[in-house]
Amino acid sequence: MAAEGKTIDALSQFELAPALGPIGASVNFTQSNLFMLIAAGLILALMHYGMRPAAVVPGRLQALAETFHEFARNLVVEQVGPEGRRFFPFVFTLFMFILFGNMLGLLPFAFTFTSHIAVTFTLAMIVFVLITVVAVSLHGKKFLGYFFPEGAPIWLAPIIIPVEIVSYLSRPVSLSIRLFANMVAGHVMLKVFATFVVLLGGLGAVGPFIAVLPLAVNVALVGFEVLVAFLQAYVFAILTCIYLHDAVHLH
Amino acid sequence: MGVRMLRLVLPVLLLPPAAAHAAGGSSEGMPQLAFGNPLLLAQVVWLLVIFGGLYWALSRIVLPRVDAVIEAREARIAADLDAAQKAKQEADRAIEAYREATRRARAEAQAKVAEAVAKAEAEQNARTDAILARFNETLREADRRITGARNQAMGALAEVATDTAAALVSRLAGRADRARIAAAVNAEIAARAGRAL
Repeated sequence: MAAEGKTIDALSQFELAPALGPIGASVNFTQSNLFMLIAAGLILALMHYGMRPAAVVPGRLQALAETFHEFARNLVVEQVGPEGRRFFPFVFTLFMFILFGNMLGLLPFAFTFTSHIAVTFTLAMIVFVLITVVAVSLHGKKFLGYFFPEGAPIWLAPIIIPVEIVSYLSRPVSLSIRLFANMVAGHVMLKVFATFVVLLGGLGAVGPFIAVLPLAVNVALVGFEVLVAFLQAYVFAILTCIYLHDAVHLH
Repeated sequence: MGVRMLRLVLPVLLLPPAAAHAAGGSSEGMPQLAFGNPLLLAQVVWLLVIFGGLYWALSRIVLPRVDAVIEAREARIAADLDAAQKAKQEADRAIEAYREATRRARAEAQAKVAEAVAKAEAEQNARTDAILARFNETLREADRRITGARNQAMGALAEVATDTAAALVSRLAGRADRARIAAAVNAEIAARAGRAL
């Protein structure tokens, strides 16, 4: 359908459509939400069935579950410090949700919910609200001191304070746009080269031979996208941890 | 709060999707930026529901169990290390006791050997002394007998010499003073014996 009318239609893959039949349609449940549900289900299944043996020497699935667990825990403890342990469930949920969303999106016929700015911005806003609430509840009025570092000359305040406020407010924006743009760019590239394969494949006898080139590019791109999928989930999680560190320690 | 949330959220979820195409016009531009599409907002609401549910399930049910398993493993490793440490200390003590016992046994054995050697030496010395004493006794006895025999011989010699000298003198001088001759002979014998010895 992408090659219909010999045009490259790389954006229709991001279109939302109701899922789960008439029931889903009646509550505006989209295929994006369906994949969120699948991701959540996979995460829960992995952690539940993986940890069910509760073996001292873990099997493969348990080792995988524990690897994710340990990865996220180290992330939190190294960035936030020992007092950040109570944020571990949140960071773990965030990291796994984004990672599974990114990875699921690479499967054929799957929808990448992290390619929607509304989704990534919502996740970023959850982080933003969390760090602000944590900072205010831990430090009260002293939290305002975050926008003007101690020891800075007072006449610099008119410059520093707006800059700090803007940089603080731009956190959710940069956080969400980074993930969104990475996922969209990757999927657009995949779609464009996949369309090339179809278009070039139709060019008579030599077509299939030329079409091998964009196909090879796509194979490489998929490998690259797997890396990006992991990396963006990691970046999202580690930036969340860094913001949490700022919220807990104020600089 | 729950009711107010629901009142806020429900219209979003129940908006007819038919309005999507009318308002969104998703044929042009990025579907992600078609904010007129009610599905976009509904997607966010469902995201909050699913993410919240996932967070609840993970933080309340799943992750505590993972923590428990990892903690149990760490505790077990620590306990095993502890046991190994204890076993090693015990082994060290056993080796020390064994060395001590060996050392004591060796010392005891050496003492016994030394004692036996000393005893044997003393016995040997005593026997040697006894033999030497018997030898000396025999020697002295022999000496005494020799001296007796010599004295007897010397006595007999003096008598014979006196008799001979008296006979010679009586033949030469017709008479002989036996007492004076005996004295002279005795003196001579004593002088010679002194020279000979």
